[in-house]
Amino acid sequence: MSSADLAHERDLAQQGAAARKGDLAPERDGPRDTGLDDASLDRRLARTWRTPPGIIGALSSVDHKIVARRYLITAFVFLCLAGLSAVAMRIQLSGPERGLIGPDRYNQLFTMHGVTMMFLFAVPIVQATGIYLVPLMVGTRNIAFPRLNAFSFWIYLSGGLFAWVSFALDMAPDVGWFSYVPLSGPEFGPGKRSDVWAQMITYTEVSSLAVAVATIVTVLKQRAPGMSLDKIPLYVWAMLVTSFVIVFAMPAVMITSTFLILDRLVGTHIFNPAEGGDVLLFQHLFWFFGHPEVYIIFLPATGMVSSVIAAFARRPVFGYLGMVLALIAVGFLSFGLWVHHMFATGLPKLGASFFTASSMLIAIPSGLQIFCWLATLWDGRPIIRTPLLFVFGFFFTFVAGGLTGVMLASVPLDLQVHDTYFVVAHFHYVLIGGSVFPLLGATYFWFPKITGRMMSERLGRWHFWFAFIGFNAAFFPMHIVGLWGMPRRVYTYPVELGWGNINLFITAGAVVLFLSFVLFTINLVYSASSGAPAGDNPWNAGTLEWATSSPPPSYNFARIPVVTHAEPLWAERDTLPVATGLRVDARELVISTVAEAHPDVREKSAPPSIWPLFAALAVGATFLYSIFSPWAVVWGAGPIAITLVGWFWPKGDPEDEE
Amino acid sequence: MLLLAGCSGWQSALDPKGPAAGELAWLIWFFTALCTVVWLLVMAVLIVPLARRPAPVGDPLVLDAAAERSKMRIVVAALAATALILVGLTLLSYFANRTLAAIGSDAVLTIRVTGHQWWWEVRYENDQPNRILTTANEIHIPAGEPVRLVVASTDVIHSFWVPNLSGKLDLIPGHENVLDLKADKPGVYRGQCAEFCGAQHANMSTFIIAEPRPVFDAWLNDQLRPAAAPVSAEAKTGHDLFLKRPCVMCHKIGGTIAGGTVAPNLTHIASRQTLAAGTLAMSRGNLAAWIADPQGIKPGAHMPVVGLNGDELNAIVAYLEGLK
Repeated sequence: MSSADLAHERDLAQQGAAARKGDLAPERDGPRDTGLDDASLDRRLARTWRTPPGIIGALSSVDHKIVARRYLITAFVFLCLAGLSAVAMRIQLSGPERGLIGPDRYNQLFTMHGVTMMFLFAVPIVQATGIYLVPLMVGTRNIAFPRLNAFSFWIYLSGGLFAWVSFALDMAPDVGWFSYVPLSGPEFGPGKRSDVWAQMITYTEVSSLAVAVATIVTVLKQRAPGMSLDKIPLYVWAMLVTSFVIVFAMPAVMITSTFLILDRLVGTHIFNPAEGGDVLLFQHLFWFFGHPEVYIIFLPATGMVSSVIAAFARRPVFGYLGMVLALIAVGFLSFGLWVHHMFATGLPKLGASFFTASSMLIAIPSGLQIFCWLATLWDGRPIIRTPLLFVFGFFFTFVAGGLTGVMLASVPLDLQVHDTYFVVAHFHYVLIGGSVFPLLGATYFWFPKITGRMMSERLGRWHFWFAFIGFNAAFFPMHIVGLWGMPRRVYTYPVELGWGNINLFITAGAVVLFLSFVLFTINLVYSASSGAPAGDNPWNAGTLEWATSSPPPSYNFARIPVVTHAEPLWAERDTLPVATGLRVDARELVISTVAEAHPDVREKSAPPSIWPLFAALAVGATFLYSIFSPWAVVWGAGPIAITLVGWFWPKGDPEDEE
Repeated sequence: MLLLAGCSGWQSALDPKGPAAGELAWLIWFFTALCTVVWLLVMAVLIVPLARRPAPVGDPLVLDAAAERSKMRIVVAALAATALILVGLTLLSYFANRTLAAIGSDAVLTIRVTGHQWWWEVRYENDQPNRILTTANEIHIPAGEPVRLVVASTDVIHSFWVPNLSGKLDLIPGHENVLDLKADKPGVYRGQCAEFCGAQHANMSTFIIAEPRPVFDAWLNDQLRPAAAPVSAEAKTGHDLFLKRPCVMCHKIGGTIAGGTVAPNLTHIASRQTLAAGTLAMSRGNLAAWIADPQGIKPGAHMPVVGLNGDELNAIVAYLEGLK
């Protein structure tokens, strides 16, 4: 990154000149990176962008990489907890009429498994991956709204702790991850269990909305000069579409959980049929979020698959435009098929048939993505490393899960398999196959970037085969036992139904799958300290995150790259053109235009602050209190207001240097 | 797949015993076969290139334009084939739905099934009030004749599902749903609640007992009579105890002053095959066990432990045992 793109350098310099003519005093403007040599540039940027030392400094960090790392580790811990609860359930179900776990604890276990996997693992981990990678891939120095991003992590952490502490206190929700009324309502859900569900949703949705907004703005406004819409990496496109889906879907579930807590706490009768409320309203609201949720988890995984395939097939992904349009189409269509979760509620038949058609329709853009990846891999034997193995595992399982999804889209067929183990098999095929396998592949792929060290390939292959065999052994037979009539969410089943042997087999598969994660954990810990040094670009991949060092410095790029191609590192093998003109003594970013990514203005990025943590504590305490009393809103408003005033207190910096 | 074909279950969607389940089993097999073929094709396209020689390592951005064009044609063709298959499957499920809807057009009997935590209230509707029958958990129907189930719930959402006969339908408070079904042959078909409904969701089973018309009519007439009077001295004691103890607050026994409606009707309890919604087989020992320790057998069930000494328990069981 040594040669300068003079055109862009001139652009930025002119803007600087324009700013000096404006209302900014020239002496307020600091030294620029234009004339500095590499060593002094690195030194000065490191001083400007570093996270302050000490515990307060660590808690104040707004560096997207540090926040993302915290997110990733926390989400991994929740994955382990949810995985352990799955193992506990499988041991209870390994034989008929087993007495290891009673119904009360079992119902809490499957609820916590679902809630944790969906809200505390899957959504946060795909967003966290985005927090880490998106700013690097678009060539900027930090995520947009870095303090909001830090705040989102603290809220997420407190929501997760809240849920699992309540489990330890035997007051975890026990009504399933979709928590249907009236079972979760005031009459049939005594105690605080359903309130815990409702407020845990609120915590996690606040945090994921915050990250979604930050991601959207980063992608639309902070792309490196030249990265026009048709040069955005497919992974970044996927995160952009996902973030929009989050922005439109999450409010629906926040309304659902808020209505529920209002019914429970202040006696509104929104879902009470005896007072003119409606229980099906809950289901419509929940699934209007719940179906897009699946794509919130899946779409980022498609981006990971695209990145891995491009790197190992040694060519750009086939059909870039088709891939982008497919992502957008899936994002839109995901809002049009929520009713297929409700086929058994006795809907009018013609309406139900419409949702059959719309559910089938989403298979077309998903199919297009699959075909484009196959076309990419068709050219010849790709280089097979662990990340690509997991992508093969993804194809094997996700395509099967997608096809059983087509079966579930059919109203009459769904009436036989709805709420049985067939559905459990289906959604684990699409979620583990479609999202966890790509995530595991992505971990092997980007771990070197994050830590500077390679993961062990040998352990990685063992990990893959344990995971692949264990997964299929655990979940394939569930299709069969579902068709044999086994409903989901039962803590026991009678001997006479003959489901014992197949369930024992399933449990054995689950144990193998669990062992694969033990291997994975060993590999992570071992490789983080003793892995082979990775270098900047161990896979010879083409996107910008590989242009900086591994791990990247706090400021990501010493000079902002200028993008000339969708795979910039393949197009400019030796020297990546760069833009200059940013200040080195202040946190400055290049803000570019939405479509063409012309450099537009220089913008300050917020420095570290402890206030997002305080704000999160105030908000978290308010949410916690609100499961006990509606007065939480009143008493919580004061502390929240104080922390927000602290957060937004003017610092006397000129905000926009236009 | 062979595994599936060989199975024959007591509560299985793959072992249809009525026209609705038959239509659905056919649909399941057709979809499964088609999806298997599609899956195999995709896997073949994925695996074939692995067997070929590695491509020469060159500039990743230099692509063969002609090869890319022919790939584009293949992708478009695959997409068109996908769309075609999906349209076909949509039409197929639409027509299957119409077939299912036609089953109950000439239903001979209307039965109201109400879900409770964790049992099923079954009421045979009739224009004459004295011919209305209320029972629990076991639903007798005439074989070979379509019947209409009107399903609803008074507490939480349940789902009625007897897979050998039909797909499932939810029982929703504030809504009424209609499920038509028919059993081709006499037999006992097991079903269970398919929508999570709380602590004892797992132990909320039901049985559809299809009988030849004369047997069904005889059963219905038997059930419409009031409860049998106790014969032995022990049973008489049990009868008196039942009416003095909390049992009477929840259960109804036709012909006595026991008129509770929040728990299963016990007028002919001994004529049923199971206890506690399919949790236990009907027997003297199981009756005693269930009354003595309902929370041990079905934790969370709404049947409380009633303080009875051994003799009292035996007497009540003797009485109930006679309620054929």
